[in-house]
Amino acid sequence: MMFNFQIEKPKTALIDYQTTYDFIALGLGPAGMNGALYAKRKGLKTLLVGYDLGGQLNNTSDVDNYLGLGNIDASMMIQKFKDHITALEVPMLTEVKVTSIQKNDLFEIGLDNGETLRTKTLLYAFGGNPRKLGVPGEQLYASKGVSYCVTCDAPFFKKRHVIVAGGGNSALDAVIDLSRIASKVTIVHRSQFKGDLTTVDQIKALPNVNIHLETQILEIQGDITMTGVRVFEKKTQTESVIEADGIFIEIGHIPNSTLLEGLVELNDSKEIKVDRFQQTSIPGLYAAGDVTDNPNKQIIIATSEGAVAALSATSFINQKGDK
Amino acid sequence: MEKLFSQDVANQIKDIFKGMVNPITIKLYVDGNCDTCQETKQLLSETAELSDKINLDIIELADAGDDLVTYGIERTPAFIFLDEKGTYRGVKFNGIPAGHEINSFISAIMEMSGVEFKFSDKVLERIAKINKPVDIKVFVTLSCPHCPGAVQTAHRLAMLNSNVKGEMIEAQTFYDLSTKYNVSGVPKIVINDKIELLGNQPVEEFLKKIESL
Repeated sequence: MMFNFQIEKPKTALIDYQTTYDFIALGLGPAGMNGALYAKRKGLKTLLVGYDLGGQLNNTSDVDNYLGLGNIDASMMIQKFKDHITALEVPMLTEVKVTSIQKNDLFEIGLDNGETLRTKTLLYAFGGNPRKLGVPGEQLYASKGVSYCVTCDAPFFKKRHVIVAGGGNSALDAVIDLSRIASKVTIVHRSQFKGDLTTVDQIKALPNVNIHLETQILEIQGDITMTGVRVFEKKTQTESVIEADGIFIEIGHIPNSTLLEGLVELNDSKEIKVDRFQQTSIPGLYAAGDVTDNPNKQIIIATSEGAVAALSATSFINQKGDK
Repeated sequence: MEKLFSQDVANQIKDIFKGMVNPITIKLYVDGNCDTCQETKQLLSETAELSDKINLDIIELADAGDDLVTYGIERTPAFIFLDEKGTYRGVKFNGIPAGHEINSFISAIMEMSGVEFKFSDKVLERIAKINKPVDIKVFVTLSCPHCPGAVQTAHRLAMLNSNVKGEMIEAQTFYDLSTKYNVSGVPKIVINDKIELLGNQPVEEFLKKIESL
């Protein structure tokens, strides 16, 4: 029996809301965790803040492309990351939502527990939320066939037919996971595959997987629960209905940058613009991971960006001479 | 019998339980024919062995008597918590709290024992104002990392206001109930059988729905 044990020991040292931190990392995904780890090792007064430990890693079943870890269960990976930062005694404040971020002399971070944190430098690593298809029926059948989390909802589709929307690595991984449970998996993507060739080959070899490329989903249809999707096939310029019990939407993420809107420069996709030091348009404010304008959304890249941000923050503080 | 907790996990939980404030009681209801009763019994027994502040009562459904009504036991395995005064504060689990749900289980033990979770004063005021019966069902799967958060919020609301009851429902074990509520995505939160919330929503979203009842 598996236990995905993530609970923390009740805090022995309470969070100090009166102090001025050197570095606060917002976001409990790989970018925030590694940023906090690097900052702590540099001797900065550090705090890691967020809601769900693991961030978007929680939506993944296993990871196959993180150097040195081989094929690893995502919850095990979160545990390993957590063990590492716990061993270094990086202070962590979990289960809180950030409500506001202001820049005065210091950065002031409002929390939903009514407290405010103050810091000289800030790393914003709030990742993203699953992107929606934006078609009729998607909201109506949410949790009635429409899902954005394979690890959460795959068990409902044992021996049933499911569709996966998307063509990137997340979609391909979802297809592999679901093919072990569902009777049939149909992948529908509006263009060509964007994922790794090795995974594409793996999928093509699966006996219960159908592939519809250059095919656009127009509508999710159903009754009390979802019954299928109406699609448009570009090649034949025809519409048809694919009957299915569920659909997993894996078409990327929307950056979770709302809290910095109006404060830092964002690109047209609302991603935070950063330079090679992970600095945003405001000195001392850094961003890392999937929320930035780096087009490559990968765990190992997010992790390394967190490290770059922490090292840049250290130089920033040293140059200002207030450390 | 082989232990469900590895030595490592048992040590970690034991360490956490050192922070328990008051003793608590867990009442587990099982019946001989039930699929996951045996495993749940074992899991709760191994948990209770990790702290002398946890009393575990295992009760066969046939012997449950008034408890069925008092605690609203409708299926097995199910278990409820009593605080140190023996008061039922609306915290219930239906199904085994394995996988990710181990986290909501441990957090229920800790908080029932008196470890306080910090909500803002504004949120506490809104919780205190709930003056009608509220029943919160949280459907989960054991592989869902977002589910324990939703279960914890339902349980915290229950602990803070006696009008609120919060229960976890393991969707696969209680398939009939999942079908009845059209659950094919989790966490799915159903309030008073009529209002639905999807995902691990912050407490404010729970309160908004409760206030709209």
